Amino acid sequence: MFLKHTTAEVADRKALTVNPAKTCQPVGAMYASLGIHGCLPHSHGSQGCCAYHRSSLTRHYKEPVMAGTSSFTEGSSVFGGQGNLVQALNNMFTVYKPDVVAVHSTCLSETIGDDLGQIVKKAIDEGKVPEGKTVVYASTPSYIGSHVTGFANMCAGMAKQLAEVPAEDAAPLDQVNILPGWVEPSDMREIKRIMKTMGVPFVMYPDTSDVLDAPMTGHHEFYPKGGATIEEIKSSGLSKATLALGAWGSEAAAQELWKKCRVPYETLDLPIGIKATDRFLSKLSEITGTPVPESLTAERGRALDMITDMQNYLYGKRVALWGDPDQLLALSEFLADIDMKPVYIVSGTPGKKFMKKMEGILGDVVPEAKFKNGERADMFLMHQWIKEEGVDLLMGNSYGKYISRDDDIPFVRMGFPIYDRVGHSYFPTVGYMGAIRILEKMLGVIMDKQDRDAPEEKFELVM
Amino acid sequence: MSAPILKDRNKQVFEKGKAAFDLQCDRKSVAGSVSQRACVFCGSRVVLYPIADALHLVHGSIGCASYTWDIRGSVSSGPELHRLCFSTDLREKDVVYGGEKKLAAAIRELVPKHSPKAVFVYSTCIVGVIGDDVDSVCKKAGQELGIPVIPVHSAGFAGTKKDGYKAACTALSKIVGTDDSGEVSPFSINILGEFNLAGEAWIIKEYYRRMGIEVVSILTGDGRIDDIRRSHRASLNLVQCSGSLTTMAEEMKDKYGIPYKRVSYFGMEDVSKALYEVADFFSEEDPMMKERAAEIVREEVSKYLPAMQECKTKLEGMKCAIYVGGAFKAFSLIRILRTLGVDVVLVGSQTGNRQDYEQLASMCDPGTVIVDDSNPMELSHYIVEKDVDLFIGGVKERPMAFKLGVGFCDHNHERKTALAGFEGTLNFANEVCASALSPVWRFAPRRKK
Repeated sequence: MFLKHTTAEVADRKALTVNPAKTCQPVGAMYASLGIHGCLPHSHGSQGCCAYHRSSLTRHYKEPVMAGTSSFTEGSSVFGGQGNLVQALNNMFTVYKPDVVAVHSTCLSETIGDDLGQIVKKAIDEGKVPEGKTVVYASTPSYIGSHVTGFANMCAGMAKQLAEVPAEDAAPLDQVNILPGWVEPSDMREIKRIMKTMGVPFVMYPDTSDVLDAPMTGHHEFYPKGGATIEEIKSSGLSKATLALGAWGSEAAAQELWKKCRVPYETLDLPIGIKATDRFLSKLSEITGTPVPESLTAERGRALDMITDMQNYLYGKRVALWGDPDQLLALSEFLADIDMKPVYIVSGTPGKKFMKKMEGILGDVVPEAKFKNGERADMFLMHQWIKEEGVDLLMGNSYGKYISRDDDIPFVRMGFPIYDRVGHSYFPTVGYMGAIRILEKMLGVIMDKQDRDAPEEKFELVM
Repeated sequence: MSAPILKDRNKQVFEKGKAAFDLQCDRKSVAGSVSQRACVFCGSRVVLYPIADALHLVHGSIGCASYTWDIRGSVSSGPELHRLCFSTDLREKDVVYGGEKKLAAAIRELVPKHSPKAVFVYSTCIVGVIGDDVDSVCKKAGQELGIPVIPVHSAGFAGTKKDGYKAACTALSKIVGTDDSGEVSPFSINILGEFNLAGEAWIIKEYYRRMGIEVVSILTGDGRIDDIRRSHRASLNLVQCSGSLTTMAEEMKDKYGIPYKRVSYFGMEDVSKALYEVADFFSEEDPMMKERAAEIVREEVSKYLPAMQECKTKLEGMKCAIYVGGAFKAFSLIRILRTLGVDVVLVGSQTGNRQDYEQLASMCDPGTVIVDDSNPMELSHYIVEKDVDLFIGGVKERPMAFKLGVGFCDHNHERKTALAGFEGTLNFANEVCASALSPVWRFAPRRKK
């Protein structure tokens, strides 16, 4: 197979990325934008960017994804894209009639110095944005950060530009802001279910459930019924607290809400696994005074029951993980908690805190673990590590399938993008129910391999 | 409800029979349009991607490389270096100080490790703006490493996808004609614009082999640098895929005197024609070739026609919409669908030219809508208005068709079975039948009858 190109010796590379464990900012911004109700994302750059991001999201969600593009030409790359964006806003509101347009930039428009805020203002001043319609924007240069940064920047844009500033002496609304981070529509739906089960009033954005998991109705809804409404996002400035789930995806927006509206925030890990979900629920309980209901405690018990029942299949298994920092941190903690060994972890997304946090999670329990993020933390490096010493399980986006095949390693797909399996839109990985789902997936592939490789006399009915 | 057409796009939509033919095309997309088109980079990348023993290095921000990592099912019979993803992954400091050093270092690190036959360096939007001298970096690296290191000027904003095709041709022309060694049969051809999706090039090559013809190179399906080097010695070029490699064929005609013919391998009629035309071309030197071609056609048609007839009885009277990248493919699709008894009620392309659309208009029945550079809103509108049963398009159109309760066939990069050649025609018919006649549409509320 073509991964014979991968050698076991890890040679230091200086100048290039091979088989990346990341992509660029705009696709994250586009995903976040789709979590606003009635929103048409807009890519301020060349036409290809928009086409690639739409294709990428469509391949992952198997859903139509609409987005406009400024369709840069040579002229606009010299004289600036202002004319294109103003015309685009006018065209989109006239013909496609969204409630909101969420504009993000690209490496091209950033490098030539286009200022989205100023251009949007000009469009509004010139009457190109109809009464009652909204434009949000985020600067998302592709040469900084990764797709996760783009997601965070767009969420921060929503908070900064839309959240309402409370009157000076007004008491905060009895509601909590949930910033879910870059998780699947299924996860967003699950977080909402948990909030409702807790009985805590909340607003959550972005919310891609009922947008990117829309039902088949025989109609093509350009703006499906899901997504956070502008009213909800506005009211987040009046909430009594914000829970930012995942530092990389959500902290920027939480900070904006604090700076602008003085809504205090806590940054938590994504609620993946037992401990991270515990922390999420107890923090909620603490800030609202609401006890965790019996039904959620029972879900926790069921997840634990499954772990204890199956522990002999999990114990000591070496796992390689790749993807985005927020998922990787929570997942590594979960795996270590159930006595698995997350030994190799890469993320193309930069951020100094990653190494430190990972060290905190794995330093004592899996001292042999190797992890790296940022430049050259890619799938090529991951594969080299695996060639040096193998693993029992791979977990990450579809790009692991080559390694899985090449080295015959069981593989659970998780993260973005997943182009070759379905289910991620429907079954969450967050919360206790998500933990059960992760366990089921891991055990399924581990036990399938055991069955496949067992000599006949050891091929067992009862496992 | 009237069609949701952007004002500036009025003239890019034409309904046959309502007025004399008049359709604007070859225009830049209107800003704000949810166009299905991509960019210059995309055009070059899809054309060169199938060359399997070359190293494809994308010079720019990470996205351009990651979105084109192994997304095209262009199958290789040998090396698979093209399926890896290489990027200079430019960061903020590179944007400020330039990316030339990083590019040079990347090429130097990669070539000894992977021993490619050539390197293609794609320069993307950002490189076009920061002004790296990619030509001189490539030239220097090529001299140092002893293999062709070829710049592909594909800044996304510098035109349309068609300009990307041209940039790919410019890159290819630096390889064509660089090897004069060895024997080439007098009965030899190149196939241009065939990308070996799902192994289609192998099917076509086999027909020509049976006719006694040597296929010197395929540009670019299952492509090899060494074959492309010798391609100038073939006697005839066949150009498939209207847009992408016509420039190359023109250039080879001027430079090496190789005539070319436009062909299509979709549909039994068109495949047969593509075989006969070649036999005609060589008829003076080998008068028997025509008989061999006829023999292949007879054999293949009799093998697949009965099953096609069966499909026809199931599909008769259905209505189809076609939206594809290049218009040339649409001609073939209309012909196949006709033989299957299916009416084409909408047809369009991302990049057709005036001549293409004139031909489409002349082929279509009155009432057929013809669109250039369309978007999901227009397409959805016409699917409902024309009560379409079947849509033929690419990745971005598929979920839209399914949401509307309409069958779909991917005739683009994501096709999973070969759709070219005689057997491909039947595969196509079967795929269309399976989707259009799926019992699942009974659950689609809009179309419940």
